[in-house]
Amino acid sequence: MTFRHVRSLAAFGAVLAAGVAATSQASAKDLTLCWAAWDPANALVELSKDFEAKSGVKMKFEFVPWPNFADRMLNELNSGGKLCDLMIGDSQWIGGAAENGQYVKLNDFFDKEGIKMDDFIPATVVGYAEWPKNSPNYWALPAFGDVVGWSYRKDWFARPELQAEFKQKYGRDLAVPKTFAELKDIAEFFQKREIDGKTVYGAAIYTERGSEGITMGVMDVLYSYGFQYENPDKPYELDGYVNSAKAVQGLEFYKQLYDCCTPPGHSDAYMSEDIDAYKSGQVALHMNFAFTWPGINADANVGGDKSGYFPNPAGPDGKAFAQLGGQGISVVSASEKKDDALAYIKWFAQPEIQQKWWQMGGYSALRKVVEDPGFATSQPYAQTFLDSMAIVKDFWAEPSYASLLQAAQKRFHDYVVAGQGSAQDALDGLAKDWTQVFDDEGKY
Amino acid sequence: MLHSPVDRVAEATPHAMAKRFRGLSDRSLAWLFVTPSIVLLLAVNIFPLIWTIRLSFTNFRVNRPNAEVAFVGLKNYVSILSDKDIWLTMQATAHFLIWTLVLQVLIGFSLAYLINKKFRGNDLWTTIIVLPMMLSPAVVGNFWTFLYQPQIGLFNYAVGFLTGADPSSFSMIGDVSLAPWAIVIVDTWMWTPFVMLICLAGLRSIPDSIYEAAECDRASKWRQFWTITIPLVLPFLMLAVLFRGIENFKMFDLVVQLTGGGPGSITELTSINLKREAFEKWRTGYASAYAVILFVTVFGLASIYVKALNKVKQR
Repeated sequence: MTFRHVRSLAAFGAVLAAGVAATSQASAKDLTLCWAAWDPANALVELSKDFEAKSGVKMKFEFVPWPNFADRMLNELNSGGKLCDLMIGDSQWIGGAAENGQYVKLNDFFDKEGIKMDDFIPATVVGYAEWPKNSPNYWALPAFGDVVGWSYRKDWFARPELQAEFKQKYGRDLAVPKTFAELKDIAEFFQKREIDGKTVYGAAIYTERGSEGITMGVMDVLYSYGFQYENPDKPYELDGYVNSAKAVQGLEFYKQLYDCCTPPGHSDAYMSEDIDAYKSGQVALHMNFAFTWPGINADANVGGDKSGYFPNPAGPDGKAFAQLGGQGISVVSASEKKDDALAYIKWFAQPEIQQKWWQMGGYSALRKVVEDPGFATSQPYAQTFLDSMAIVKDFWAEPSYASLLQAAQKRFHDYVVAGQGSAQDALDGLAKDWTQVFDDEGKY
Repeated sequence: MLHSPVDRVAEATPHAMAKRFRGLSDRSLAWLFVTPSIVLLLAVNIFPLIWTIRLSFTNFRVNRPNAEVAFVGLKNYVSILSDKDIWLTMQATAHFLIWTLVLQVLIGFSLAYLINKKFRGNDLWTTIIVLPMMLSPAVVGNFWTFLYQPQIGLFNYAVGFLTGADPSSFSMIGDVSLAPWAIVIVDTWMWTPFVMLICLAGLRSIPDSIYEAAECDRASKWRQFWTITIPLVLPFLMLAVLFRGIENFKMFDLVVQLTGGGPGSITELTSINLKREAFEKWRTGYASAYAVILFVTVFGLASIYVKALNKVKQR
């Protein structure tokens, strides 16, 4: 090797070393937060500028569209990837992430920083932070409260000619439904009706097959009809609860609603398809998570006074429940920047930041924010959000939640959309599938 | 005189390079060049295959790094082969495979036969016809979902226009009886040009002299078609069927984009089902066994087919 070779090699080494040093210096000053790609994530980007200014840490974001969110992020967690320092993961992931050591346990951090879970809406603490459920073991800070509810065309409901026709047909006012049976009447009333020269339809509901859509929709009705996940006195005993007569009745209702009152081709619809159907003026009723409401309220076509909001109506026994959505924010165990990540959570938990979060379109789960006397009237949908959060139930959050969810997706879609078998067959099959999953998990 | 390719390569090799490798035999030099490829092949192909086979006999779940991995023998294989739902996905795959092959061969060969005739604008038409296969399956799936949209879709509008039916009265991807055909139509639209190109290569490889001889013997066009064209194009056609068959057996992207496997599980092909087991339910051991079964099936069928293809070629 000549001197010239040695010299050029040394120069290359120096450049490489400088590059590595620069990279490591840069990475020490940044933090990556992973979440779904949706409106609240954009609001969080804006909100986080305050953290950047105060801490000097540059925030980077990895947002994945909802249909691929679970696949992408669970791959990341399972492979021990270091992409995400902070994860705003789905509530159902908490069991697996806790048991497999993918999230950092936050109890000591909360104690040290004086962050109290009593300060947050109880349902969000149970749903987003605790594993095992109802035990003081915290793996996340409630970050974004969300729940399934309904928006409706208030302007259509207010039309005198429609009011009169509805009253004549159903013997009551065209108003926000108190029961699911009333909701179906309204949806049927609007189905294929001509309004302003355009054919409109009854309701946009969840029917998506690929990820979790139809399950999130069906469960709203099932809960209110009396479905239970398991024997309350004997965990994991499913037969007779999952497939109870009331649950069967609820599933039959959801299929009837799908058959009678959805727009044509509404066979694979989740959050974005439903919001599109509503914003384009196709439907009178719109099932969706509360995160869509700020966007509806601001929409030029259906926003402002044209839309109203209501929580899930009651089932036949007068009980109403709603499917919990939303997420908690966790520190990823594989992260090499845990201290900065914890500093972000400390900053995010502050009441003034939570207040700002709500103002920017994020649903704060902090009680100080939502119990503020001015909260309920601060937005047209704020009271509905509070009412809905008071009646939430959540899907399984077991480590095996993915298998449980996929079984539900298949059984519900096979029956509701494909029309195969009966509701009883679907729920019997689901009870069998879930029992098998828990059997594999050694729960019996 | 240079006899072998090695000699010719040695002759062509610059002196400086030859000097650098002095002391190495031709065989060693050959190994030196081939080794990186072999290592790469072993690392990305053979090792994962062996690892998959190993995992298929366990209860391993990739999302449970702390759980004990147990050897379960043939349990995964038995439960897959006795699972009614998996046989339904096999049926869905067979329906998709058979109909796409039949349609693509018929239409592809017909198009090739027409394109092979000399006419004005021949090249332009060839380019237009092959455009669909140049698109990404994700893009194709996405825009066909719009074409199939009952309210605004052009496909529904066209059907409505031709039959008088209300376009919004049927949903190609939401109806149990139509969805399996919806995916067949899109795959046929996209991949018929591929079959056409292979058939065209076959048609153009037939020497004109054979047809001229047949003309001299006063053979009719019909007889020329069945006794010259078809037998000589058949190996090409069979090759196209082999390629499309293997591709469609593992079809994933297009169908996921179009129907997501629905409605219900009507269009859930084996590859979609396998992906759900492996990366949604995270049943890694089970999914490995499933993958091995599919691999053996494709490999076995392809081997039988290739033997048949060779026999046809030898005739």
